[in-house]
Amino acid sequence: MATPAIYLIVPLAPLAGAIVAGLFGRTVGRANAHRITILGVLIAFLTSCYVFADVLEGNAFHGSIYTWMTSGDFKFEIGFLIDRLSALMMVVVTFVSLMVHIYTIGYMAEDPGYQRFFSYISLFTFSMLMLVMSNNFLQLFFGWEAVGVVSYLLIGFWYTRPSAVYANLKAFLVNRVGDFGFILGIGLVLAEFGTLDYSSVFVLAPARASSVIQLFPGVDWMLLTVICICLFIGAMGKSAQFPLHVWLPDSMEGPTPISALIHAATMVTAGIFMVARMSPLYELSTTALSVILVLGGITALFMGLVAMTQFDIKRVVAYSTLSQLGYMTVALGASAYSAAMFHLMTHAFFKAVLFLAAGSVIIAMHHEQDMRRMGGLRKYMPITYFSVLVGAIASAGIPPLAGFFSKDAIIEAVKMSDTPGAAFAYFCVTACVFVTAFYTFRMVFMAFHGEPRMGTAARAHLRESPVVVTLPLLLLSVPSIGAGWLIGQAVYGDYFGPAIIVGPGHAWIEAMTEEYHGVWSYMAHGVSALPFWLAVAGIATAWYLYLVRPELPRRIASGFGPLYALVERKYGFDELYSWLFASGARLLGTGLWKAGDQAVIDGLIVNGAARAVGWFSKVMRLVQSGMIYRYASAMLIGVVLLIYWFLKR
Amino acid sequence: MSQMPNFFPALPEIFLLTSTCVLMIVDLSAKTIRRQRTYVLAHIVLLGCAFLTYYTTLDVVSPRPIYTFSDLFVNDLMSGWLKMAAYIAVATTLVYSRQYLIDRGLMRGEFIVLLLFALLGMMILMSANSLLTVYLGLELLSLCQYALVALNRDSAASTEAAMKYFVLGALASGMLLYGMSMIYGATGTLTITEISHRVGVLAGNTGDRTLLVFGLVFLVAGIAFKLGVVPFHMWVPDVYQGAATAVTLVIASAPKLAAFAMAMRLLVNGLLDLAVDWQQMLSILAVLSMALGNITAIAQTNLKRMLAYSTISHMGFVLLGLAGGMVNGNLLNAGDAYSSAMFYVVIYVLTTLASFGMLLLLSRAGVECESLDDLKGLNQRAPWFALIMLIVMFSLAGVPPAAGFYAKLAILKTTVAAGQIGLAVAAVLFSLIGAFYYLRIVKLMYFDDASKSGPVTAHADMRVLVSVNGLALLALGILPQSLMALCVASIKAL
Repeated sequence: MATPAIYLIVPLAPLAGAIVAGLFGRTVGRANAHRITILGVLIAFLTSCYVFADVLEGNAFHGSIYTWMTSGDFKFEIGFLIDRLSALMMVVVTFVSLMVHIYTIGYMAEDPGYQRFFSYISLFTFSMLMLVMSNNFLQLFFGWEAVGVVSYLLIGFWYTRPSAVYANLKAFLVNRVGDFGFILGIGLVLAEFGTLDYSSVFVLAPARASSVIQLFPGVDWMLLTVICICLFIGAMGKSAQFPLHVWLPDSMEGPTPISALIHAATMVTAGIFMVARMSPLYELSTTALSVILVLGGITALFMGLVAMTQFDIKRVVAYSTLSQLGYMTVALGASAYSAAMFHLMTHAFFKAVLFLAAGSVIIAMHHEQDMRRMGGLRKYMPITYFSVLVGAIASAGIPPLAGFFSKDAIIEAVKMSDTPGAAFAYFCVTACVFVTAFYTFRMVFMAFHGEPRMGTAARAHLRESPVVVTLPLLLLSVPSIGAGWLIGQAVYGDYFGPAIIVGPGHAWIEAMTEEYHGVWSYMAHGVSALPFWLAVAGIATAWYLYLVRPELPRRIASGFGPLYALVERKYGFDELYSWLFASGARLLGTGLWKAGDQAVIDGLIVNGAARAVGWFSKVMRLVQSGMIYRYASAMLIGVVLLIYWFLKR
Repeated sequence: MSQMPNFFPALPEIFLLTSTCVLMIVDLSAKTIRRQRTYVLAHIVLLGCAFLTYYTTLDVVSPRPIYTFSDLFVNDLMSGWLKMAAYIAVATTLVYSRQYLIDRGLMRGEFIVLLLFALLGMMILMSANSLLTVYLGLELLSLCQYALVALNRDSAASTEAAMKYFVLGALASGMLLYGMSMIYGATGTLTITEISHRVGVLAGNTGDRTLLVFGLVFLVAGIAFKLGVVPFHMWVPDVYQGAATAVTLVIASAPKLAAFAMAMRLLVNGLLDLAVDWQQMLSILAVLSMALGNITAIAQTNLKRMLAYSTISHMGFVLLGLAGGMVNGNLLNAGDAYSSAMFYVVIYVLTTLASFGMLLLLSRAGVECESLDDLKGLNQRAPWFALIMLIVMFSLAGVPPAAGFYAKLAILKTTVAAGQIGLAVAAVLFSLIGAFYYLRIVKLMYFDDASKSGPVTAHADMRVLVSVNGLALLALGILPQSLMALCVASIKAL
């Protein structure tokens, strides 16, 4: 049985690394900065593995470590809830983080902000661990905001680039919208249940399943639906779900290791994890589940479509991430929490591979990211090619790689679900299988096959990346290939046990478990089903369009004219938001500036207050003249007034 | 038949008295201007006091007050912990002032001896259980302070400040004594615990009550003078500015703990049955202090004067805590209110130590760091100390996560719990005004260009202690519970 001290080591080891590398980076030097942070994360990873093994034996921990403050009856505590859900997340987070730390040595080798970067990623690891290990909403919120801040810092890591600054501001603002919903949800939980502790809230929730609140007079809302949707708005921000998805593609301005760690494998899954953690609440609100289903379906399909039109290698992977997060969201909406968590895990591995491999390509191409100027890289970078291929096959959903299992489980669950919106979501996720296979292999074919399209000078410098880059690629490829085989335990077994609660009417996974007869028959069944053939068709189409008839895509694009332009411009959300919010805010701001600021605040309050202060201090200066008799008389007058005041009553 | 009194509870005081006398003699043989031996010895004496206080008061299973010397003297958890805080404050003061005094030829034996005698006065005040003992401790403390302010006797400003302080202090003492005589006249006793019993009976009687309240006003005036709240605050800016910065530090830090203890002994221990009256008085004084302190501080260009007005406003906050104890005749809120006031005063002393410590650190031989301009561009010259100063200013302004935030929050919480919403709103508003001049310093340090050049030089002990002091404010802001628990326990054991 692990003790709280052991749990504390997990987040604190990366924090210590972050502090050393961040505050004393200049003193300890570059090499020591990465040694220390990697050691910190390694400790966290090994400890997480130990905790994981401990949890597998049936142990769990739930308790507070430190009471931060007490306000009335509310206690604000730092505590851990270590069960199979959080232990899984801990292992995934620390493993991917460790790989990214190692990879960064190669990727950032020439960057002047080397120590700062290591400090940030370690700090991120700490924040993410605090988020997943939390046993209460307050700490969850702390981790939630902390990962947001670090993500902000990292997107704008190259702060001299205007595009990076724009992107980090955008990420920050969009997340603010989500966090606003999130904190409203938390506030509502505190107000209604009087506690922020997960287990107490979960115990109290069923009794309130049918209570209503009035947000506007006369209109009744189901309490739990409001809470769940508010919390999910937070998840939409963090996990980049439609319509708050706009920040994630722009976040690719950050260095690639960050894209892999934060914007693919871990932070963006925080929303998914949170909803899974809150399954006892969400199960009580079918309306919230419907909302989740529909939004997830939209995100999965439509963001996948955008990925088909992008040429920047990182953006393709970024949109693919959006689409895959959509899958997880759909799974949550279909009450298939275990499938969502399983996909979260496999996705973390294969998407990290894809991102880090894209980064490897970018290093070799000297920061060229346009796939139209790549091609034929297979010969120059065999290890990178191999890992990209693993990632692509896994994400396309071809057995026996990891993505197939998790994706298939989600599609099956949505098919069986009768939550309103499930039919729409089923259509989206099924169609998206084709789309996913198409865009991933489009990327593979454009970058690694065909004729080299880069200049001769660039071609002369092409070589495989150093071992610190390729080693993480290979290490991450292993679970990308093999993790799917755990489906029997993770989804159809009772791995999650009491950590995830599924309502009586939503037990699709349980129904599917009866059909499950081992990995081999699962695969045999899979290859005879529609999704598999859609994936094959997607790959074949990509092959035909980009290798056999490379002139075709342009003709198709111009054939679909306006439609293509719409998708390529990401449905115009960026323009809409910048018009609606930026111009609207400017208009509002101008109005407030003229009417509010200049007239009332400047004129009346600021200048008025300044005048009042000026007058007041002039009077005070008269009294505070340095003349002792004035001082003494002030004291006497004070006493006399007090006596008068109290004795006349 | 007289019996030997129990000396045990007063061991720290007895030890301090005898060892300070020894110190005086040792100092006669001091050869260098640095007075290394006296200085080290003073630290050892403080350490000894801390040990004895721990041994006599804090290392007990059941925290019950122990009375001795015919109930003149009391030892309880509150006096114990306040004394501990005072030792820390005095030791820190010694470290901070040392180089400053040496540079100016002021490191005389008197400084250390007067400082230790002032500490003795504070300790007696903290452990007083009789009006006589209160007066004795107060005068011992005050006389040492007058002399300390005049320490730099060649400076016209210092002597003027000392003179003012002395005359006004004498006036305040007179008021206090007058109030005490009224209380004595009404109750017939000087012992505070006895007063509290008799006042309970007398307060019902209109005639006696008038007499008591009459005396009470004078007592409150005496306390208010010691704390430096409006309208008994006039000495504060002049003395803070006039005295040498090291002496200002002495006056601004530990004596506030003693003044708090004095208020607790006289008002809470002695006259709790008149709480309805004195709470109202304290509320009035609190609001006046917060208003005047914060608004006037904005207009100051001298740092010491600005901090003086800041002190006035902070003491207003402490009064606010003391004024929220009794609500509708019951004492349910008292524990929270008094313990948050105690927490506030301790944090205030810690913050003041750091802020004046920083001024002392930035002053060098011939260069005083006194005006706001002296802090300009500090970040370019000494980024680490600029950061520490930032924490200190945040703590004074009440910006989380510095400790001042939690202290203010605790006070506001009890004020709201006492149903004094209006007072709480006023306190927040004036704190907001106050935030301006604290943040102005941050702006000067970080965004303005340095008017002086050259790195900041100071001895290692000073650098380390200032850093620890600043970081402690941060640590106590993030993890306030342990200190708060001490305060709660102290108040509970009263």
